[in-house]
Amino acid sequence: MAVRGRSPRFEGIMTAKWEVVIGLETHAQLSTASKIFSGASTAFGAPPNAHASAVDIALPGVLPVLNRGAVERAIRFGLAVGGHVQPRSVFARKNYFYPDLPKGYQISQYEIPVVQGGRVEFVVGDAQKSVRLTRAHLEEDAGKSLHEDFSGMTGVDLNRAGTPLLEIVSEPDMRSAEEAVAYAKALHALVRWIDICDGNMQEGSFRCDANVSVRRAGDEALGTRCEIKNLNSFRFIEKAIQFEVRRQVELIDDGGTVVQETRLYDPDRDETRSMRSKEDAQDYRYFPDPDLPPLAIDSAWVARVQAWLPELPQAMRARMVERHGLLPHEAAILTAERDVATYYERTVAALGGSARLAAHWVIGELSAALNRSGVPVASAKVGPEALAGLLKRVEDKTLSGKLASTVFDAMWNGEGDADTIIAARGLKQISDTGALEKIVDDVLAAHPAIVAEVKAGKEKAFNALVGKAMAATKGKANPGEVNAILKRRLGG
Amino acid sequence: MSLTLQDIERIAWLARIEIDAREAADVHAKLTSIFTMIDALDAIDTSGIEPMSHAQDMTTPLRDDRVTESDRRADFQRVAPATEDGLYLVPRVIE
Repeated sequence: MAVRGRSPRFEGIMTAKWEVVIGLETHAQLSTASKIFSGASTAFGAPPNAHASAVDIALPGVLPVLNRGAVERAIRFGLAVGGHVQPRSVFARKNYFYPDLPKGYQISQYEIPVVQGGRVEFVVGDAQKSVRLTRAHLEEDAGKSLHEDFSGMTGVDLNRAGTPLLEIVSEPDMRSAEEAVAYAKALHALVRWIDICDGNMQEGSFRCDANVSVRRAGDEALGTRCEIKNLNSFRFIEKAIQFEVRRQVELIDDGGTVVQETRLYDPDRDETRSMRSKEDAQDYRYFPDPDLPPLAIDSAWVARVQAWLPELPQAMRARMVERHGLLPHEAAILTAERDVATYYERTVAALGGSARLAAHWVIGELSAALNRSGVPVASAKVGPEALAGLLKRVEDKTLSGKLASTVFDAMWNGEGDADTIIAARGLKQISDTGALEKIVDDVLAAHPAIVAEVKAGKEKAFNALVGKAMAATKGKANPGEVNAILKRRLGG
Repeated sequence: MSLTLQDIERIAWLARIEIDAREAADVHAKLTSIFTMIDALDAIDTSGIEPMSHAQDMTTPLRDDRVTESDRRADFQRVAPATEDGLYLVPRVIE
């Protein structure tokens, strides 16, 4: 039964009556140049089968040889989430038949994965949340089946076969679609931060399966879960989980029971549909792959990777909150991407002063300009040192916030650095008290009616006078100074 | 552990091997004798012994992350039963 749209009953779900339990399995494609078990290229978009070597298409007699780069990335991940990097892990065969899996099995890890445990820390709203990880294991991707008509046959492209994946399995620690999306975003940011995955969701480099169940509030036992496969955008993760929660609650409310099954999310209809039930679930018959002896990772290798590892987002967030005085959500925005964090840190260093001012500008004006022009932060037309040059003029009150925006736009348009533009356009803020007092007095003399209103207690009228004074200086007056003078003059 | 004929049919189905009733009975007898031997091994106390995952006492060699393969599609597709536009063609799969 497909239920679409928001039913009135759904409004009650997130109240005390039901608890939602979500775990995610994420496939992150590792950013190696070559495949996990062969020397074929992993580049996206090549002509069909041009990057499918004898190993990838499973010609008889070939043997897999493990890519050191893939293992290195798995170690980085293990350390970044505070997990245990197994000194000895085992590759296993996962057996099933499908034309885009030419060996008849996928090489994966089963009983002893390369990473065990760990956690991902992130911020939902202004609250800190931590999700435990069960494991992360190395495996190879399958090829692609194309079901368009090839004279009634299916076309198979094996370029993706053998691409290295890290499958990251979380514990069922999430309690809402919002938390699941926040976790997925944090994980997405982390794999790019430590440079193990390009995170390109359109190309399938980062995709999630969601295990979703519901239980009555206060119940200890978990409800029966359904697995929603292949969610390749944050929006789909959110929509699919919301639909699935609604479906399960309504099913139970109507006296039914949830059947353990695999479901597919259809974004066009915004619903999940049954794909296969537990009864016809695959029996993968895992066993250790005789082609691959155990993977050994010695402590020296782990130490080298540890030394390479950059400061991690959660540590950086804590530092921004404690030492820079930022709010948790501001720190979260600045650490969503490593390039943004780097930009912010360089701005603060060059400014040598107010980190909050730098944060506001990076989150505000800079992000807006990047969005408008569609360029990544690394190629921003105003670099961190140039922004710091502008912010120095805000700090020393040469520029008001409004004037600074004007100068920023001019900098973005390539008119030079902040000081050049301020001089060329005569934008220097008027903070000279004598000059401002004269201007304020003129304004008061010109608008006796408004002055009368202020004296009658109308606050809006006071703001009108500030506006008149600002207009008289074409916005160059220091607004704080104007306020103070007006208050003095009006005996406020 | 004892195997039933249904187990035999399921194993054959999982391996995509077609067997008839006579073959199933034959395979059942053979597999049962193998499992009897495994049962004998099971009687040995292996507590405290780390499970073995490979017959040889060695660790897997690693290769550097470099692209070493060139495009040999034309060679490989020469022996494929059917191809089109660089794709391997297989009987239609619908899921």
